[in-house]
Amino acid sequence: MSASPEIEEPVHAAPRREEAGPAPRRRRGRLMEFLIESFLLVNGFVAIAAISLIFLFLFKEGIQAFRTIPASHFLQGRELDFDNVPQTVMMWQPVGQNPKYSLVPLLLGSFLVALPATMIATLFGVACGVYLAEVAGKRTREVIKPSIELLAGVPSVVIGFFCLATLATLLQNTLHTTFRLNAMVGAIGVSLVIVPVIATMTDDALRAVPAYLREGAHALGANRWETITRVVVPAGASGLVAAILLGMGRALGETMIVLMATGNAAQVTLNPFDSVRTMTATIAAELGAVPQGGEQYRALFLVGSILFTITFLINLVAEIAVARMRKRLAL
Amino acid sequence: MKRRLIETIALALLRGIALAVLLATVLLIGSIVRGGIGVVSWEFLASAPTEGMTHGGIFPAIFGTICITLLMIVMALPLGVCAAIYMVEYAGASGLARVIRASVNNLAGVPSIVFGLFGVGFFILFVGRSIDGVRGGALLFGQPAMLWAAATLAVLVLPVIIVNTAEALTAVPRSHREASFALGATRWQTVSRVVLPQARAGILTGSILSISRGAGETAPILFTGCAYFLPRLPIVHLSIPFTELSIPMVNPLDQFMELSYHIFIMATQSTDAALTRPIQYGTTLVLVGLTFVLNLAAISLRVRYRRGLETR
Repeated sequence: MSASPEIEEPVHAAPRREEAGPAPRRRRGRLMEFLIESFLLVNGFVAIAAISLIFLFLFKEGIQAFRTIPASHFLQGRELDFDNVPQTVMMWQPVGQNPKYSLVPLLLGSFLVALPATMIATLFGVACGVYLAEVAGKRTREVIKPSIELLAGVPSVVIGFFCLATLATLLQNTLHTTFRLNAMVGAIGVSLVIVPVIATMTDDALRAVPAYLREGAHALGANRWETITRVVVPAGASGLVAAILLGMGRALGETMIVLMATGNAAQVTLNPFDSVRTMTATIAAELGAVPQGGEQYRALFLVGSILFTITFLINLVAEIAVARMRKRLAL
Repeated sequence: MKRRLIETIALALLRGIALAVLLATVLLIGSIVRGGIGVVSWEFLASAPTEGMTHGGIFPAIFGTICITLLMIVMALPLGVCAAIYMVEYAGASGLARVIRASVNNLAGVPSIVFGLFGVGFFILFVGRSIDGVRGGALLFGQPAMLWAAATLAVLVLPVIIVNTAEALTAVPRSHREASFALGATRWQTVSRVVLPQARAGILTGSILSISRGAGETAPILFTGCAYFLPRLPIVHLSIPFTELSIPMVNPLDQFMELSYHIFIMATQSTDAALTRPIQYGTTLVLVGLTFVLNLAAISLRVRYRRGLETR
């Protein structure tokens, strides 16, 4: 970088340069180093900036919803029934004469999809992870692990389409449900997305359990299954909890599958075979048709803020669980 | 004896469940291949939709997908790689590194639809409208466009790139850095000539994975630039001054069609969903094929360089 002055300098000046020699070059080098480090530092802030900006711009719009909509309306609204008697209703119905913004059906819908999905995915994902880490031979592992990673790479819109076109019909023909598209169809679809997440993280957590614990158990006469259930899984328990929580966070945030496969009817129900509408699907279905800066626009940002907060907290707990496991296993 | 029996049954059960997951994957891919294989032809790939989108091909959607993922990776790759270099090589184990790592983890957990909201609120309404305010005149930047959709996706794939790059950097043995320092190299010389060349495979893996992720995401681009149908490709002709010639160029301020959005819109909002089923299957097969090839490349690359690190 600093070669050019040396070449330009006349030959007779060489002895003088040898004394003061490397100093300017080193100074320029140091300046260069400093500039590069500063540039990288700026880039280092990019992730921090991104998450802060997301937080800021979501809540900035979301909070403003409270300016025009009273807080109690997010729980329940009022409506006149056919005899003109006011009734309290829990409805999300933002378009019309008397817009209603109850978040209850949306929250129920989200959990009605996410909880069954997490349960299904926990059963299959944890079993898969345990199999990969403790049972499978090296050969089998090298087939199953990439397949699971490939399943993780399938775009969610593809799984949504699969649910809509194939799975929904299959499920209706076998279970004879009232609605073809319901929360359960969505839950099975979402579980396809989070099984790889849970399986991979379980595998990682169990492989981090030191080998001497297994060897100790075997030496005491435990067989493989007893070693797994009484030594390895308890040792990696925090990691399993983190895996399941992260899976649940993903399930709550999943958009395309639930938008395509759950029927999108915002109703207060606890029946997983009813059509439901999740928070994510509400945003996806309505934001495109709303005037910017309006009441409904802000209400949708509020839904987004709540969703962000819930997933943020779940991820936080998962991260703490991972940190605890690392500490316990002294990694 | 009883213990033995329980062990056998339990292990068989685990094996069965792992097989069931494998089977589900095969079933999923299989149903899409079966539905789409008869539809995908050269003509389907290379022609535009016709007759109110009930016939014809998906070329504009493929074109849009390629443009937007390239634009996305151009924005995300330098930022992500530099952030990872700073985090691993400069910040080390300091508090700042921990904050960066926590932000990356949180960013990875943000629901994709929230990125969509962010794209509208920040990129279009804040950045875009501000540029328009400075420029004066008609709305140009402050509306859904390929540029903003790509920027939104870039934020979404940032964690993928950072995590993969950081992993590759950490895998370079410390002794290599120490040897370089001992020879009098500065920190940047060490990073650029010793560490980065060894981390190339990891950075490449991250890029491929994020391209595949970006190509498959739908929720973030729903409101930031996707179009149901465009009669034209998002191309402008830039005229060269003093000549009659013009060069065609992708217009990042135009809207675009995209594969995953095409699947969604055809399957749910099409006027006759049953009639367009073949197109839906064909489009899905193309998207699955695209992400499948990309992921396979990334996975095999990762397996190869991990094996290389183990034998070292």
